[in-house]
Amino acid sequence: MLAVTLAHKNLLLLAFVVILAVIPLFTVADSEFPGADGRAEETILELSPGYQTWVDAVWEPPGGETESLLFALQAALGSGFLGYYFGLRRGEARKKADAKS
Amino acid sequence: MKLAAFTLAVILLLPKPTYAMHIMEGFLPLPWAVFWTVVSLPFVVHGVLSISKKVAHNPELKLLLGVSGAFAFVLSALKIPSVTGSSSHPTGVGLGAVLFGPTAMSVIGTIVLFFQALLLAHGGLTTLGANAFAMAIVGPFVAYGVYKVSRGMGINSALAVFLAAALGNLLTYVTTSAQLALAFPAEVGGVLASLTKFLSIFAVTQIPLAISEGLLTVIIFNFLLAYSPRELTLLKIFSLQDKRKGSVSSDAGA
Repeated sequence: MLAVTLAHKNLLLLAFVVILAVIPLFTVADSEFPGADGRAEETILELSPGYQTWVDAVWEPPGGETESLLFALQAALGSGFLGYYFGLRRGEARKKADAKS
Repeated sequence: MKLAAFTLAVILLLPKPTYAMHIMEGFLPLPWAVFWTVVSLPFVVHGVLSISKKVAHNPELKLLLGVSGAFAFVLSALKIPSVTGSSSHPTGVGLGAVLFGPTAMSVIGTIVLFFQALLLAHGGLTTLGANAFAMAIVGPFVAYGVYKVSRGMGINSALAVFLAAALGNLLTYVTTSAQLALAFPAEVGGVLASLTKFLSIFAVTQIPLAISEGLLTVIIFNFLLAYSPRELTLLKIFSLQDKRKGSVSSDAGA
């Protein structure tokens, strides 16, 4: 019983997350939704026009494609681990329940 | 044609919404970079000790620690569009803070930030201390505190986790704004004027994202409640839950 309601609850929560992410795509027309970090630079230079960055990034991805590869890898590794963990725990719980009955 | 060029120029020159998740490499003056590194260091050291103590006591918690790290990994890779026309990403540190305590996430959060600085030019090594203070110290401490206070007030665990993760996310951004404002006070109005500037726009951007982070954290927490009662008991998260709901664990496989 719990498993069913759990799935329903989580699907509902996930639906909210998706809705929150999709709404801006329609309400904010002609925006490319650029990353946050670059925006800080602009304001810093605005507040302190003479500011010179004193170090550069050690390494930068050569372009957007490589960057998205690395982000995809990051997400894939993380979700792979989460899937492994919950698969393992769910299997164990099921086995225990079977052994009881 | 002229009109198009003019429009383009206006769009490019218009002040854009500004806020930051991580402070970029080289964008904090040296004294501030050193200051935040020194401030953050003890928390990370405490975190390393607290993690090794917990894991030494209960080696089976290693996997759950991995889950906390993996969750932060996934969430900080998700750049989600927000209502102001910018994207930002959740931090994912709230979950681990509730489970393992705040300084454990200081370690994990700093590791995530380190890799993003090294491989993605996202944040930086000189700004690692400041970014760690915002995302891996303030965020987790707020999340942990909010969770404890909420539970103490009798709020159910799902809502407590939601509030913890969402507020932890929001306060991370407030901290980043404050750090930038301190380093770059406005000529007129000083630190406060800068702070207002950094906060005014990002607050709006960050609210939907904080909500998303709260919801995503509750999803994982629900799974943990169902499938990991043993670990949650070891971490003393489950005891309160147990009394109220009865034997949740026996239903987990059903």
